Amino acid sequence: MQTRFLALLLVLPALIMIVLFFILPLFASILGAFEVGDSFGLGNFSKSFDLYSKDMIFTVVIVSISTVLIGLLSIAIGGYLTLGENPRSVAILRWLYRWPMFIPFIVVGQVLRTFLAKNGLMNNILVSLGILTPLQTTGFLDWRGIVIAFVWKQTPFVTLLVAGAMASLDRSTIEAARNLGASRLRILIEIVVPQISGTLLVGLILSFVTMMSVLSVPLMINAQSPTMLTADIAFRINAHGDYGVANALGVISLLLTAGVALIYLRQTMKDRL
Amino acid sequence: MTAHIDLWWLPRAFILGLLAFIIFGPLTNLLLWTVAEKWYFPHMLPLEYGFTFWQRVFSPRGNAMASLMTSIIVATLTVIVSLALAIPAGYALSRLKLPFRGLILLAFLIPQAFPNLPVYVNIARFFYEIGLNGTIAGVVMVHVTHGLVYAVWIATAAFSAVDIDLEEAARSIGAGPLRAFRDVTLPLAAPGLMASAIFVFLESLDEFTGSYFVGAPVVNTLPLLLYTAGSGGNYQIASITALLLLVPSIGFMLVVERFLRADVLSKVGH
Repeated sequence: MQTRFLALLLVLPALIMIVLFFILPLFASILGAFEVGDSFGLGNFSKSFDLYSKDMIFTVVIVSISTVLIGLLSIAIGGYLTLGENPRSVAILRWLYRWPMFIPFIVVGQVLRTFLAKNGLMNNILVSLGILTPLQTTGFLDWRGIVIAFVWKQTPFVTLLVAGAMASLDRSTIEAARNLGASRLRILIEIVVPQISGTLLVGLILSFVTMMSVLSVPLMINAQSPTMLTADIAFRINAHGDYGVANALGVISLLLTAGVALIYLRQTMKDRL
Repeated sequence: MTAHIDLWWLPRAFILGLLAFIIFGPLTNLLLWTVAEKWYFPHMLPLEYGFTFWQRVFSPRGNAMASLMTSIIVATLTVIVSLALAIPAGYALSRLKLPFRGLILLAFLIPQAFPNLPVYVNIARFFYEIGLNGTIAGVVMVHVTHGLVYAVWIATAAFSAVDIDLEEAARSIGAGPLRAFRDVTLPLAAPGLMASAIFVFLESLDEFTGSYFVGAPVVNTLPLLLYTAGSGGNYQIASITALLLLVPSIGFMLVVERFLRADVLSKVGH
């Protein structure tokens, strides 16, 4: 009994930090979303839908496309790392894919803003290679730029998790299928991916939540309308001091994420029990 | 073995080359911008190279040095506070009997599992009322909360990876619990704790959203400087600042496995 008390005492300060500086403000934001003047109501929500319903769809579409692309790429890279038969290519790929992982979002935003712009390095290279003429160039600094930034930054993280799970799989079924003549693609889809789907899901959900809360990338790559809800929240606060609508938008993005987070919680609880 | 020409090297080389371009193209672009004196469309490469902007960034009057100092102070304080909270918590979570252990571990994930922008907005409002807005302490609090999941989870894994027999051996030859912890468990867990410290340091160094609402414009960290320089169209200054943020992150990526051994890594989150 005494050690239990001691254990709780040791954990408590860290838990208090989370409650004080995350959970309480979270409740404040939910409460604030319903505050209209001195009373409570749904005014902030109707205003949010009037002004920003386009951005809500925009946000969900962008984050969903990015999540799907991240999933496909991480399976492809992880699959090659596990099943690839050319040791040199596997080694190069293993060295190559991780680079963007620890690069902060704000740096990703700056780097890709200069790279993808209409007169950025990417178009300049294509023009000087003769693939495009200067008149044909287009900038990618719209929804495509945001998707590229998210995929560029988040794929290594999910791949790291997925490749780790694939490496710890039992090789005997893979070898058996290989001996029976199954192609590597088929082994990947039918044997490997089903066994690591839990890890893949966890990685994708963490990425989904991360993308829903990144402010710097939409601000730097595409701040004009339509943009992501995070940029709208910042705009509501900085330009109007309008906490009501900002909080309502926060609750909406929270609800969009909550569905996904629920899947995640169920997954981790299942693993833990 | 007859000569066997494997034509698969061609698509392999093509895809790896494309991937290398996708990853290093933008990074090369950043490096070019840091030394570009003059660069406009449709020239593929800068017309003039030089270090004028570096001089401007690092001149005593430039605000980059001040931002760098602010960032390092905030990150160091964040590491100290996080470890002071995470070492006891990690020890309890790995060694002692704790009710609801799984739920407590999950609780530290909450700041990563919800969109944190609405939270920062309300923290900023609350901090404004109690005078913490625009102070180093306020920014540190926000960074600690965000980075605590790394600190606690890695510290827990690091303590779990230390053989409990060693601690019990020290106890049986007469060491008190604190002495056994200080002389046996803590040194053995040190590499893992070092990894969690580096993680927290980088998280703090790179954090933008929280600093934007709680710190700006008084506490001007490097990410905030990068953002203002970039939105002012000053791509050279923004790129040099981005490079300053990039170097520690990439350096850490290259050495992370030395600190985070597989036996610790496999216990993270358990």
